[in-house]
Amino acid sequence: MTAGGGAMERIPILQMGEFLLVTIQVDLNDTLAQTLMDDLTAKVAATGARGVLIDISSVTVVDSFIGRMLNDIAATSRVLDATTVVVGMQPAVAITLVELGLSLGGVRTALNVDRGIALLRAALAAPADATHPE
Amino acid sequence: MARTPERRAQRPVRDARADARHARDAQHPIATVLAEHEAELLTEWLAGQRSTVRRPDLIRDSELNAQAAEFLATLRQAVMTGNVRDVQAPAYDGVRSVLGTLSRARSLQGFTPSETAMFVFSLKGPLYARLRRAVPGGPDQVIDTMAAAGHLLDQLGLYTVEVYQRSREEVIARQQEDMMELSTPVVKLWDGIVALPMIGTLDSARTQVVMETLLQRIVETGAEVAIIDITGVPTVDTLTAQHLLKTVTAARLMGADCIISGIRPQIAQTIVHLGVDLTDVTTKATLADALRLAFTRVGAANGVPLRQTPARA
Amino acid sequence: MPPIRSEVLELRATPDIVHVRQTVRARAAEMGFTLVDQTKLVTAASELARNAITYGGGGRVRIEALEEDTRRGLRLTFEDQGAGIANVEQALTDGYTTGNGLGLGLGGARRLVNEFSIHSRVGEGTRVTITRWM
Repeated sequence: MTAGGGAMERIPILQMGEFLLVTIQVDLNDTLAQTLMDDLTAKVAATGARGVLIDISSVTVVDSFIGRMLNDIAATSRVLDATTVVVGMQPAVAITLVELGLSLGGVRTALNVDRGIALLRAALAAPADATHPE
Repeated sequence: MARTPERRAQRPVRDARADARHARDAQHPIATVLAEHEAELLTEWLAGQRSTVRRPDLIRDSELNAQAAEFLATLRQAVMTGNVRDVQAPAYDGVRSVLGTLSRARSLQGFTPSETAMFVFSLKGPLYARLRRAVPGGPDQVIDTMAAAGHLLDQLGLYTVEVYQRSREEVIARQQEDMMELSTPVVKLWDGIVALPMIGTLDSARTQVVMETLLQRIVETGAEVAIIDITGVPTVDTLTAQHLLKTVTAARLMGADCIISGIRPQIAQTIVHLGVDLTDVTTKATLADALRLAFTRVGAANGVPLRQTPARA
Repeated sequence: MPPIRSEVLELRATPDIVHVRQTVRARAAEMGFTLVDQTKLVTAASELARNAITYGGGGRVRIEALEEDTRRGLRLTFEDQGAGIANVEQALTDGYTTGNGLGLGLGGARRLVNEFSIHSRVGEGTRVTITRWM
């Protein structure tokens, strides 16, 4: 990784009760993506958050690197007992990801932030997770 | 269709006296006949059309008379400029406009291309008869004049066919567009539920359009469940099946569930035979079954009582 | 037929990937590509730019707007002077990777465009050309 200007940049992580909220509004470079993943993992561990919501409605490109980051965040959070939901993916991005061969099997999705929060609450209420086998 | 310098040279600037002299001395015999016998020509031409190509089922006499009169008038004006060869020249703007309107109308009214072109060609008989009597000089000059008249009417007749053909093509293109629109009617069935009833053969290009339309509508309506009903689809090939599968996956990435309903037995066999894996896709026999499942999904997420029966739409 | 417009971007480090994405997006949008087509091309560019930087040790990409009688398109040519690829067929297979990616880069990029060609010599470098038509 380059030690360039990326060190100053960070994507803010908001805490809302038991959930952590991230809104990605910039074109993610690799350094920023890696920093976000590190920050999120640290914060889930530090706060004991039970859910992570990542809003990508402003994101216009998800390539395999960013896709892998989303997968890894979900997998790491799961190990730390938190559910991850990615919300607001644009149709063009979804079509492209499918064509690319990336289905993000381990990541929950929702249409928008409201639905995402509802999904996280439902996951907390139903620990058996019967409705969404993975 | 570009205006060449030669064409402009045919219409030099002159004074009024020169114009008059030109009209008297240098006028083409066709122009003379048209100017002096317009009324008789019209009568003879219409009589001829009535006995040969008239279609009383498609056009009224009064309309036909008006069209014929207007055509003769504009043709006379065009020929008076001295140009009897080039119907693309500006002098023939009026003639082409009359014929264009007529041909477009006739292609929509149900005339055949031949019947449309015969409107012009049927003028040959009466015009030749008048020319034979009017042309001064020997047989050579008569033949030249006839050839010129024939050439002129041939070009105008072909022009009607061109316009006729073009307007047919426009109709087909418009219908294709309409069909594309009609074939992707994503309808909102309930809060949070959209459906796409597909009808007709699914080729790869159409499936792609359908896929993009459906995903866009999911965003617009905030639908969590999308039902793709293929009851009206007779066959599915590998590419199309894969497109359907991709649509389902893309919708899931966006946070919506897809249900495919109405898969015919033959299509089910085809899908299995082609080796397309639909195990991750929810399928239901009928649209009604799919809708019932959709209600439980949306209801579960929204806290709506599951037993509530929806009002019939 | 010669391209009607051509430009070259350097690929030195991962922040350049974002620059490539933004430039390709701008060109594709100017030409009137649909949003889905723009996204596919930009995503393919992102994958190939990352390959050139990560595995090729850096290089450059040429972006060309093409105009033929009946169609218009964008052609991107990625070149690096890296180690090269010994087995191109294998590299195009989904899931194959020598690095820590998902191994979807080359094969995925190929699925996102209309034309794809790759020339690689061990020890000399790799050139990948992709074209997407409107």
